[in-house]
Amino acid sequence: MSAATALLPEPAEIVEKRSFAPDIHAYRLRLVDPAARPRFDFVPGQFNMVYVPGVGEVAISISSDPDDEDLEHTIRIVGRTTRVIAQLGPGDVLGLRGPYGSGWPLHAARFKDIVVVTGGLGCAPVTGAIDYMFRRRESYGHLTILHGVKKPADLVHRTRFEVWRREPDTTVLLTADQPDRAWRDRSGVVTELFDQIQLDPARTVAFLCGPEVMLHYATSTLHRRGLADDRIFLSLERNMHCAVGICGHCQLGPDFVCKDGPILPYRRVRRFFGVRGL
Amino acid sequence: MAHDQTVPETHWLERAELGRLVDALAARDYRVLGPVARDGAVAYEAIERVSDLAIGWRDVQSAGRYRLEQTGDQRVFGVVHGPGGLKPHVFAPRERLLEIEMDAAERPGRPFRAQAAEPAGERIAILGARACDLAGLAVQDRIFLGDRFPDPWYAARRRGLFLVAVGCTRSVDTCFCASMETGPEPRQSYDVALTELEDHGGGFVVRSGSGAGAELVEALALPPAPRDSLANERGAYQACSAAMTRSLPRERVRDLLYANLQHPRWDEVAARCLSCGNCTMVCPTCFCHSVRDEPSLDGLASLRMREWSSCFDFEHAQVHGLNFRPHIRDRYRQWLVHKLATWVDQFDSSGCVGCGRCITWCPVGIDLTEEVAAIAATDGAKS
Repeated sequence: MSAATALLPEPAEIVEKRSFAPDIHAYRLRLVDPAARPRFDFVPGQFNMVYVPGVGEVAISISSDPDDEDLEHTIRIVGRTTRVIAQLGPGDVLGLRGPYGSGWPLHAARFKDIVVVTGGLGCAPVTGAIDYMFRRRESYGHLTILHGVKKPADLVHRTRFEVWRREPDTTVLLTADQPDRAWRDRSGVVTELFDQIQLDPARTVAFLCGPEVMLHYATSTLHRRGLADDRIFLSLERNMHCAVGICGHCQLGPDFVCKDGPILPYRRVRRFFGVRGL
Repeated sequence: MAHDQTVPETHWLERAELGRLVDALAARDYRVLGPVARDGAVAYEAIERVSDLAIGWRDVQSAGRYRLEQTGDQRVFGVVHGPGGLKPHVFAPRERLLEIEMDAAERPGRPFRAQAAEPAGERIAILGARACDLAGLAVQDRIFLGDRFPDPWYAARRRGLFLVAVGCTRSVDTCFCASMETGPEPRQSYDVALTELEDHGGGFVVRSGSGAGAELVEALALPPAPRDSLANERGAYQACSAAMTRSLPRERVRDLLYANLQHPRWDEVAARCLSCGNCTMVCPTCFCHSVRDEPSLDGLASLRMREWSSCFDFEHAQVHGLNFRPHIRDRYRQWLVHKLATWVDQFDSSGCVGCGRCITWCPVGIDLTEEVAAIAATDGAKS
């Protein structure tokens, strides 16, 4: 495939729109040309470039299950292009190209215990992976989900966490940095939740997604609990224009986050990650 | 005819005969570009005859300074280089990637059709390509053609290029190709290579480096290069290398920079750097670009355009209000560490070819060789 083909957006129709918050919507998308669907086969954690003709293109992780025919993107309004996308609804058409980058190591992590650590609003890259594991529950060991928000209002996926919390062999812990009176879960930052959990470093893989400060502290905490660098996976975010590793915007050290990431083992990025301003 | 395979065949072209080479290129349907003096610098521009070239000029370059001077001699390629080089002719500063048609203009979300813009495959012959720029071109070839999605727009421009290299027998103050092992003699990627010498009344040693180059040289029916000229040519390249005062520790610089990501020198250089991005615009290997839509006024069409950008741009590493490199210190470090260190991991070669343009064209004369030397002198210091 040449870059010309790689850069061409494929029209996809919005078949369903769900709102999680006034500024966060999930779009179920169906390719106008069904024959193009096999090219979009993906692993959770990978992303598509979502295009609005005449406006722009944004990198958004795929939040649906790989076995679903439709593709889902959960998109928060953060800029010009996402603001236009928020105005769209069923019947409207977007462009998609992808999938790009690396996914979560869901195959390599089979039969291991999984610790998912997320922070803030942007946990869409990992919710697809959590759903994936619940759908194939017998293939994974104990599932621990630690999620931290700044304020209770930031917990936009509350119902999802409540559903997961009721699953067997699963631990779900939520914390708010600035809790209010109605908050029934824990208070503090997400790394404090590690004190509440059992963790066998020999049979655990960690998936981390959230602000880099959180990733940094969570990684240090997991280290202290004995988890090896190649068992900690981070979902990284950077500016992306091309998604094929030639525009240069998304670099972190030697890695192009668009093609070498966005999911990277900590071992690979440890030299650069945490150096402020890289 | 029997050839000694180990010695490339060399020919001699008298200076007065250079027009035959230009004509032969034009006859092969190439638009011929060469170094033309204009606005106080040279640039590769279209020429019709040899006299259009910057004959009798030379460049004087130093940190933050570029001047052309008249020499009064007859040298055709007396100017080492200008700010432009080969890059803009292959990796275009602006390139149309996609053409999009929309069904209705009143609101977004209507059906659309997208198609790739036809790559511009113009046949261009560039006269006077320098060894550093040929090395830069080889680096860009790896970036744009060497990965999973070869770039068709770059590829088309690259295919249309015929390169007549001219080896450097003179360096400017900012040159350090010898230490980067990219010059001063052209080593790669040329179709024909020339060395301009003053002996035998002035002329060029001529070599071919490709099938197309060999065909052209053969068609010119040139005499063999005189033995003494070949000896003079060796001497001229050695003298040119020896005269370069700047250098980079090519083998050591990657590990040096990796070990010094928190060195106080980054703050020191940031206090001088204007973050203007000139160094990235004149660099023969810098490839960063932005891609954006240019919608038509009637809202029924849009062009997806690629445009050079720079890691010194404030918004280069910015995502929705979050900026990963908000300070000039961050951006200078990104540029230098990328160029000399992470580049090696990414593309198996340095991102620096030793052309020295970033030193010359820096408005405040920041010199990367000096920055690296300062870090090496206090290796391991922490800010």
